[in-house]
Amino acid sequence: MARAVTNNRKALNTALAWLVGLMIFFPILWTILTSFKTEADAIANPPVLFFFDWTLENYREVMERSNYARFLSNSILIAGGSTILGLIIAVPAAWSMAFVPSNRTKDILLWMLSTKMLPAVGVLYPIYLLCIQLGVLDNRFALVVILMLINLPIIVWMLYTYFKEIPGEILEAARMDGAGLKEEILYVLTPMAVPGIASTMLLNFILAWNEAFWTLNLTSVDAAPLTAFIASYSSPEGLFFAKLSAASTMAIAPILILGWFSQKQLVRGLTFGAVK
Amino acid sequence: MATQHSRSAARIMMAPAVFLLLVWMLVPLCMTLWFSVRDYRPLRGGDNGFVGLDNFVRFVSSNSFWPSIMTTLIIVGGVLLISICLGVLLAILLDQPMWGQGVVRILVIAPFFVMPTVSALVWKNMFMDPVNGVFSYIWRFFGADPVVWLSEMPVFSIVMIVSWQWLPFATLILLTAIQSLDSEQLEAAEMDGASPIARFAFITLPHLSRAITIVILIQTIFLLAVFAEIFVTTGGAFGTRTLTYLIYQRVLESQNVGLGSAGGVYAIILANIVAIFLMRIVGKNLDK
Repeated sequence: MARAVTNNRKALNTALAWLVGLMIFFPILWTILTSFKTEADAIANPPVLFFFDWTLENYREVMERSNYARFLSNSILIAGGSTILGLIIAVPAAWSMAFVPSNRTKDILLWMLSTKMLPAVGVLYPIYLLCIQLGVLDNRFALVVILMLINLPIIVWMLYTYFKEIPGEILEAARMDGAGLKEEILYVLTPMAVPGIASTMLLNFILAWNEAFWTLNLTSVDAAPLTAFIASYSSPEGLFFAKLSAASTMAIAPILILGWFSQKQLVRGLTFGAVK
Repeated sequence: MATQHSRSAARIMMAPAVFLLLVWMLVPLCMTLWFSVRDYRPLRGGDNGFVGLDNFVRFVSSNSFWPSIMTTLIIVGGVLLISICLGVLLAILLDQPMWGQGVVRILVIAPFFVMPTVSALVWKNMFMDPVNGVFSYIWRFFGADPVVWLSEMPVFSIVMIVSWQWLPFATLILLTAIQSLDSEQLEAAEMDGASPIARFAFITLPHLSRAITIVILIQTIFLLAVFAEIFVTTGGAFGTRTLTYLIYQRVLESQNVGLGSAGGVYAIILANIVAIFLMRIVGKNLDK
């Protein structure tokens, strides 16, 4: 039984938590609001919070100035491609480790995780050189492969922890009832595995979307995703607060929404189930 | 029962993942090791031959090495301190009964999803700008001179930006851990007359120790590699050059691949020391 809490205390908690929550969220809120201001309103002194002339002008200008659609499609292609490719490779691996474990399964899992500890900056030049040699610098497919490899250990781990939780008894019961291998996979295993696969997909899409080190260093024009699009606003001549805000909002909105949906999986995915 | 047949099928299913990760690990690692013992400058004569451990010695004895280690430690340590302390407080606060808990939670974790380049730019321009930034309005409102954040207190500014991004992660993990705490234990302690501080120190904190360790280890791995925030804000100027950034500059900006690779080997060693501890903890968890 949870103990009864007085409404006073609840009100106090609520006020305090909302205050802190809004403070943490403020930079994002401010960016979104500024994106709808005119440049004059954006730097008005004192600043205006809500009462200004709302305009979509910045969004229009950002779209015109740079080819937002191409950066966006690069982001979607690279993040999506690496996630899907990663799943194609990781699902069978995690599946076999969860259902046909051997003495070495644990070692293999830990070794996979250890590849995640390789600092990117330590191996940047070799990868850079390989990309030049293979003629795939600034190439979307090369980034798909690299981001897939970076996230592969996490995908395998997440899927492994999910698959581990599928009880073997259910399979046996299905077999007793006369299910063949096809029915087993189609009607028993798949429905139970889909939620885990879906949240793994979500988390990896987010990680790949926000990855900046490799995308900034291995792309210039053709394959540049939104991380690079936003970095182009760091030059002084691109410095208009309202436009910068519009561009920022356009870069983070899709992933912010996805992130909120996957917060529970995030804990699990990033701590490999070590925190419950 | 795993049959011989299913075992070999399992091996085939695992092969692509194992093979790809092996290649991904070994090829760049071997190349880095190879470059690190050579005088290799792509724009100035290319590969000038074997130089032994010269690069390693030169990297460590250069003027920028120790400052970069210091900066790295300050940034990693500062962000960890802020995100753990505030994270614990926030997690306790968010665990209390309140109205709109779900919404507050969403507000608090949002910064984690903002891509590092965006958060660096937003902080640099819209908050820390000495003329039009939000902070300068606040400072002027109270009659103080605005701070030129990124040149007057550059390392602190970067710690602030990075903390903002990682506090949500710490809070989320700690909140998840706190929610698994048995409330009956806390109530019993309260009945026995334990003060809130004693309850926090003897029940909540020990319960959180595992989650805190995990936050520290995972964040350290990511924080050692902080790049975009420095790249976008100061470009490594004003003493904000971390080990990662120093290596980046040696390799890509001054094109001294040999020297940079030696630095890379140091970074790999550093990350692996952290990783060994992480593996221990995660490995233990696997046995359960």
